[in-house]
This record gives sequence, C-alpha cells and structure tokens, in this order.
Amino acid sequence: MLALTLEARTWAHRLPAGLKLALVALVVVLALPVTDPRLVAGLVVAVAGLYASLGRQAMRMGLRLLRPLAVVLAIIMIWHLVLHEARLGLLICLRILALVGLANLVTITTRLDDLMAVVEWLLAPLSRLGLPTSRVALAVALVIRQIPALATRAEALRAAWRARATRRPGRELALPLVLSALDDAEQVADALRARGGLAPPAPPDEERT
Amino acid sequence: MERSFALVALFAALIAVLGLVPSFMLITGVPISAQSLGVMLAGCVLGAKRGALAVLLFLLLVALGLPLLAGGRGGLGVFVGPTAGFLAGFPVAAFVTGWITERWRGVDLMLVAGLAALVGGVLVLYAFGVAGMMLAAGLSPVQALTALAAFVPGDIIKAAIAGVLTRAIWQARPEAVLSRSR
Repeated sequence: MLALTLEARTWAHRLPAGLKLALVALVVVLALPVTDPRLVAGLVVAVAGLYASLGRQAMRMGLRLLRPLAVVLAIIMIWHLVLHEARLGLLICLRILALVGLANLVTITTRLDDLMAVVEWLLAPLSRLGLPTSRVALAVALVIRQIPALATRAEALRAAWRARATRRPGRELALPLVLSALDDAEQVADALRARGGLAPPAPPDEERT
Repeated sequence: MERSFALVALFAALIAVLGLVPSFMLITGVPISAQSLGVMLAGCVLGAKRGALAVLLFLLLVALGLPLLAGGRGGLGVFVGPTAGFLAGFPVAAFVTGWITERWRGVDLMLVAGLAALVGGVLVLYAFGVAGMMLAAGLSPVQALTALAAFVPGDIIKAAIAGVLTRAIWQARPEAVLSRSR
C-alpha cells in the first residue's frame, strides 16, 4: 500500500522520530501567538528551505501533500478579503501552510516502525495504569494488513456490479462490504483465540506478522 | 474479548476503505466521501466505547502517515490544518452515536441508529468541525457554517443510510452488533 514516506534516505531520516515530533510540537506552540505575517512568512520560507535541503523528490511530495489544502486556503482568503481583513487572512493562510508543511516533513522522513515506537513509549504510562496498551501495536498491524484485503473486496464488488448493471454502483455495495468486514473479524478472532487469545500477559511477538 | 478486539480493528479498516471509495457527487456538485458514514456505523454497530476506539485506531494510522483520509490525505499535517476539528470530532461522534444506540431500546433499530447518527455524526461532528475552523482559520461560527453548509445535506443522507445499514446488519449478523447484543 502507498505510504507517505520518502524512499530516498536523507539527513532528516537519521534524526530520532521522538525529537522530530517534539520539535514540531514546539514550533506549533511558538507560532500560534505570532501575529506579524512577515515572521510567519519567514517560517514558511524556512520550512520550504528544509524541503529543498532534502532534494527534489521531497519537494514534489511536500507539494502533493499540500494540494488538498489549496481550496480551503482560497476560501479562507476570500472570506477575509470580503471582510477587509486581508492582513489577518494572509497571516492565517501562511500559518496553516507553515505548520502543515512542517508536520508533513516528519511524516515523509520517518518510518512507520519508528513512529510506532514513539507511540508505544507515549502509551507506556497508561499501561502502568492497567490499560492493555500492548494490544495497540497488534491492532495497528492488523488494520494495516486488513485495509488492502478489504479494498480488494470493495473493488471486486464494484466490478461485479458493473458487469450486471448500467447504473453506477453506489450505496448498494455498502452492506456486502460491511458484512464481509464483520466476517473477517470473526475469522481474525478465531485466529487470535487459536494462538492463545488476548488475555494478559501481552500477546507474543509472532502474532504481529 | 478477541471478537470485540477484531471487530474494532476491522471497523478501523472499514472506515479507511470507505474513504478510498470514489466519492459520489450530490446534485449540488459537492463531492461526498463515505468516510464519515464509516464513523457513524462504528458507533451504531460497535456502541459508544468500542466505536470510539475503532475511530481512534483509524486516526492513529492516519497520524502514522498512511494516506487513509478521504482524498488520499494523511500524515501529521492534517492534525494541525483547518479541518483538524473534524478529526478531533470523529471519535466523539462515534461515541455519541453509539451511546444513543445502546440506550434507546424498544424502537425500530433503523430509526434509532439513523437518529443517533444524525445527532452524533452530524450535530456533534459539525460542532467540532466549526470550532476547529474558528480556531485555525479565524472565522466566526456563522462564517464557518456557511463555508460548510454545502456538505450538510450529504451528511444527513449518510445518517439515514447508516440507519438502514445498521438494521440490515442487525438482521444479517445480529451477534456482530455489539451495541445491542449485550
């Protein structure tokens, strides 16, 4: 399945995931009270510079991730122009560009496993409170495994519909798709029970495959 | 325990796959994805707690960088963008939808689930979405609502579909409807 991570290895890949996340959180907190559009524009330039330092592929990927934002930013800008608040509109649009761009930078330069390790570290205090956090990793692996299977099922349902009907497929396919997901869940549950179940202690590592 | 764990995981996958389904257009020309239908269904079928867990699991995968939001969006950026309010509202929407479905017995499940999805998946979700747009985009509540108004009819239709689907699921796989079976 298509992930949003950059294939090429760059200097940003070598930074620890936790450090990158902490830096982004820090910048978000520091940038929110800034009201001078020139400072925020400087931040946008700095983020663009970071992308540039990672090479052409990173820049292309960064732009691709920002593309869905264009419409929203246009709406925000038009609103503020109508209200004669162009300066505020510019500030808000620049701030969104800078922060979203920066957060996406972490996404494209950090492997899923490394982010997952940070999640487990963050969840560790909760597990001391008795919450079954060890299941989170198993659940993540399970969902990643099931999404392509379910997407293939959805595509097969659409193909079957197209072969028999002239009308485009619509919500009629939702029920068979949901039912097949429920049946998958029964099989997964059986498979988990057959391997000793979820009962504490934490499930052994071999279940994660 | 294994069953509810597997159902939560499969619903997280279902929410993702419903976001991948090509969006259909309303008469208004607004593209509508089926993703929030998945959030409503998670509440209707799994109930408050497990429905919210399924949505949280889905959001965790988005945050980990998988392009699972409608339109192939994903990564950490979406959590600081102008539509982040909707993401924050997703688990609450599923929780409220499930809470109503669990507690309101004695009436036809289609009606209960449809109204629960309307309250949780539309009212509650838009409250979060509007609050998010106010914070991130500096819009007033009325302005934010105006900007989002085009999406409301589609979401009301989705709540109705969630009601129909929940009863159909109840008839076909009653044991999987955790919001009712215990």
